[in-house]
Amino acid sequence: MSHSDASGPADVPKAIAGPSSYLDDRLGAGNFLKRNLRKVFPDHWSFLLGEIALYSFIVLLLTGTFLTFFFKPSMEHVIYDGSYDGLKGVGMSAAYASALEISFDVRGGLLMRQMHHWAALLFVAGMMVHALRVFFTGAYRKPRELNWVIGVLMLTLALLEGLTGYSLPDDLLSGAGLRITEGVAISLPLVGTWITFFLFGGEYPGEDVISRFYSLHILLIPGILLALISAHMILMWVQKHTQMPGKGRTNNNVVGAPFYPAFMAKAGAYFMFTFGVIALLGTFGQINPIWLFGPYTPADISAGSQPDYYMGFLEGALRMMPAWEINIWGFTLPLSVLIPALVPMGIIMTGLALYPFVEQWVTGDRREHHVADRPRNNPHRTSIGVSAITFYGLLWILGANDEISWTFHISLNWTTYIGRVLIFVAPVVAYIVTYRLCLGLQRSDAAVIGHGVESGVIKRLPHGEYIEVHVPPSEDIEAHMRGKEAIPVIAGADTEPGGIPPKGLRGPIGKLKAKMSKAYGGEKIPLDDGHGHHAHGDGEHTAVGAGEDRSLTH
Amino acid sequence: MTDNNHDIEQPDDRVPKRVVGTPSPAASTTLLGAKETARTAEAPGVNLQDEKTAKKGEKIAALCFTITLLSGIAFIASYVAFQVGDVESTEISNLALGASLTLALLSLASGLVVWVRMIMPKYKLVQERHLMASDGETRSYVGETFLQGAAESGITKRPLLRRTLLAAAAPLGLAPLVLLRDLGPSYSDFPEKLRHTVWGEKTKDGKNRRLVVEGTGAPIRAADFNSPGGILSVVPEGYEHDLNALAKAVLILIKFRPEELKSGTNLNWTHDGIVAYSKICTHVGCPAALYEQSTHHILCPCHQSTFDAADGAKVVFGPAARPLPQLPITVDNEGYLVATGDFAVPVGPSFWERGDAEAEVREKGGHA
Amino acid sequence: MNRITAGRRHPLARYAVLLLALGLLGVAYTLVVPTDDRAAASIASGKVDNVAEGKRLFEQSCSSCHGLNAEGIPDRGPSLVGVGWAAVDFQVSSGRMPMTQPGAQAPRKKPADWVNDETIKQLGAYIQSLGGGPVPPTEEQVDPAKGNRAKGGELFRANCIQCHNFVGAGGALTQGKYAPELTEATPKQIYEAMATGPQAMPVFNDSVITPDQKRDMIAYIVGLQQEPNPGGAGLGRIGPVTEGLLLWVVGISLLVLAAIWITAKKRQAQ
Repeated sequence: MSHSDASGPADVPKAIAGPSSYLDDRLGAGNFLKRNLRKVFPDHWSFLLGEIALYSFIVLLLTGTFLTFFFKPSMEHVIYDGSYDGLKGVGMSAAYASALEISFDVRGGLLMRQMHHWAALLFVAGMMVHALRVFFTGAYRKPRELNWVIGVLMLTLALLEGLTGYSLPDDLLSGAGLRITEGVAISLPLVGTWITFFLFGGEYPGEDVISRFYSLHILLIPGILLALISAHMILMWVQKHTQMPGKGRTNNNVVGAPFYPAFMAKAGAYFMFTFGVIALLGTFGQINPIWLFGPYTPADISAGSQPDYYMGFLEGALRMMPAWEINIWGFTLPLSVLIPALVPMGIIMTGLALYPFVEQWVTGDRREHHVADRPRNNPHRTSIGVSAITFYGLLWILGANDEISWTFHISLNWTTYIGRVLIFVAPVVAYIVTYRLCLGLQRSDAAVIGHGVESGVIKRLPHGEYIEVHVPPSEDIEAHMRGKEAIPVIAGADTEPGGIPPKGLRGPIGKLKAKMSKAYGGEKIPLDDGHGHHAHGDGEHTAVGAGEDRSLTH
Repeated sequence: MTDNNHDIEQPDDRVPKRVVGTPSPAASTTLLGAKETARTAEAPGVNLQDEKTAKKGEKIAALCFTITLLSGIAFIASYVAFQVGDVESTEISNLALGASLTLALLSLASGLVVWVRMIMPKYKLVQERHLMASDGETRSYVGETFLQGAAESGITKRPLLRRTLLAAAAPLGLAPLVLLRDLGPSYSDFPEKLRHTVWGEKTKDGKNRRLVVEGTGAPIRAADFNSPGGILSVVPEGYEHDLNALAKAVLILIKFRPEELKSGTNLNWTHDGIVAYSKICTHVGCPAALYEQSTHHILCPCHQSTFDAADGAKVVFGPAARPLPQLPITVDNEGYLVATGDFAVPVGPSFWERGDAEAEVREKGGHA
Repeated sequence: MNRITAGRRHPLARYAVLLLALGLLGVAYTLVVPTDDRAAASIASGKVDNVAEGKRLFEQSCSSCHGLNAEGIPDRGPSLVGVGWAAVDFQVSSGRMPMTQPGAQAPRKKPADWVNDETIKQLGAYIQSLGGGPVPPTEEQVDPAKGNRAKGGELFRANCIQCHNFVGAGGALTQGKYAPELTEATPKQIYEAMATGPQAMPVFNDSVITPDQKRDMIAYIVGLQQEPNPGGAGLGRIGPVTEGLLLWVVGISLLVLAAIWITAKKRQAQ
């Protein structure tokens, strides 16, 4: 401990006090730090999921920079003369040759390539699980709608970033993806041929696309991503994180650990975990073995050519679509390409982006929300989410139907037939099942609040009946459950038939709105269900138990 | 996982401690304070760890950091020690570098977690939230200031200034778009390019272009390609390595027993049971190349469009809407297979300007 | 509250039960799905004329599907006239024939008990005597050491991978048929498959893909069989499907566990 000088606080070591007062003299950073050093971050494991994407992005920047030192984004034709025997003397593009060089002639090159690829997969996966967490807990609600939209934008960009990166090594597998991209782009009405010829600098595959994808992949898209990530973080910081319902947690406070030192250390640890898991996968899981694929030629293709998983849903949609093409007035509309390429992506991305606003429109809820919903407490939202996951997941699985057919000895054609039915049926079933599950879970919450929890202690009553003793839940659990609040319904939505609905709820759209609002909102299973709680025992149970309605618990 | 509290006794009125799907009650009992031995710090919501735990944590964290140190050294040593240059040595290098890096990172992560969990205090700090919206006074101040500034600048009062500024910005905004024009080729009759392949061109000495085997470049004597059920991937002579040409011109050549061919196939364009179809799928352009000689089906591995090769490659399954175009072939005077002309219709995926090329050919009395 | 009850109420208990149930289902599945029947009884071989002995073997083990004179029986087995000795060698040495159960396609399996070099030769001689056809290659024709691996790779990519996948890991065809993996195929079998076109596979006869070119391809395939995976576990070498699976099953799970560890509330010491 050194003694403080006149300008610094007591007991700050000189090595720190010196530089920090130098900086504060010039930046006035002290005021910012004063407000933010002890900024409180709520604790919940699911709040860390978004960080997977953040840290993966950092690993992507690090490993990607390394790769650019060796990669040659050129489609110039070369004869391979590197270390890999199986391709010696084979003609290929300079891009593919340099990717092989990174793999076999640069120490650590293969590890960096593999880590880059795994990190890319993890980046998208991290965004997905984070988005699901935000969706199911309603953390996108006011004031966070804008940050949600930024997130959806980033997810879209991440898919684009993945597509451009995947194509760069110019191997036979990625080339198949590029060919499909071309086939989809050229099918667009009116502008298809223009877009394709401009993208490829002429006819497919041309000699430009790798270098163009390269500048998109390493400069433009990551640049935009970086800007959006910064905005995403700043908004999160300014608006403060949502918290799960619990004891002492309200819509007007935030309860948790301070940024410095606890959250900082936790975040650092999680960065290292993410980095470590990427390194683990890069070491022990071979990914994208381009030397086995061979160089790209539009003449060849491998069985089981698949995109990376995050494009799997588009692949599945393309596979499942029946043949359908329309010719009108000498123009062609290839619907068996257009529909699967645009509709599922459109449904998912647009649906995600608009959900907060649609929900607001339906519930009429304009309040700020800082306490997260438990998924069961908004059953329609949760069911819509699960239904969407089912839709997406089915397409995703069907994107691998050839591998499924091959592995499990199911007829390839039947996987398609079954898929064509399931894509319509399964999301509906998922919706209904989830809705019932949510209500069931709400009922069990109500039972816990109303009657307490089973203690495992069996008591025999004087007249011979055996009962299990129920005890009140712990305070924290009860607070967690009581965090539930009714979903708002637009005022006037429950106007009696014949009554005059308020302005805005008239006309067909207004009526629909009122109907949706009534269905979506409200309290399905009130927690207390007409009981007081804790206050009264009824003799049938023991003194610590509570509640009369035995049908709920027995 | 989140609760490791099963062996801990609790007062009778507080069991069980946990309902699935709710947070561990640990924190709540911490607040009761009755049974904890932790020192309570001066600040509310900050519960210091007891010294015994902290000591133990320090030891574990230090062990983790030491492992990281050693693994980091191992990483550098591996870089120096293991060379690359073939598959086997790359395997060893990748394993050594990767394993040491993984261990270093995960160990560092674990050390940090131990530090947070065992040495740093338990926090339950509470901060106020405020409405995001600024108060009305601020809003009206900003609004007034904005209007005042706009008035001061003259932009509202002087339409000439405003309009010329807007007009000036328009071409500048368009300039980058103009610059993009040369991304595309100088010609703009793209659809025309898509309608033709190199099979339509004669060779330099004016002869029909020969079919050659992909990968070897050898021309194919019809008499040699004589095993029914045989296939070959075929490229045009002179364009064996031209990817732009191959993207439209690659063929799948199939040998049938003459009686197997059905009416969908244009027999005039075959030679002795040998049929040539475009290998580019009419769905989105993958090479449709899986051929089952027992069913005569051609399957595209990308989206599983299936074509009946014996019947003009008509679609029998999957998303492709049109048959694979057939190439007219015959033999030259040396007995080698040649193309007598181009495909009658554009090959590959559909595009807007394509139109129903098959119907047009049929109207002219031809065979698509 | 005794220990077992406590265990049953553990939040992980339901997952454990689920896992157990899934495991049992898997075991039941493997028991129910029929495995290869016991091979036909071995046949004593005497020193007799190859063709005659081959005919005897044929009548015992093959004629029920292919007909007494190998003329084929509709919907049971194709005619074997003209398929050649090479086809016999391929089908019988890889255990595909005799077939033990009907199906979309005969799978590779352990050859029948009576199968050995001698009996294959006899059976081959009989089939060869019916209408000629391709004969098995010589040792030299299939010696991978004599082939050019990279050249073979180009031919392999042009002609084989569309069905067999880029490393010969196999792939699905229509209606339950499939292209088998090449991981166990011997050089001789690879050659014979190309020359004869077994089942759904097309023929690559010697006049268009020369024996030398076939040997190059064999060199490439054998190279693939022997090559280690420098980047870690090969994940079946079927491309992004298993990679994605590993990411979600291992990557995301590990990180979720890490997140839970970091944020888990810990009870203060008693």
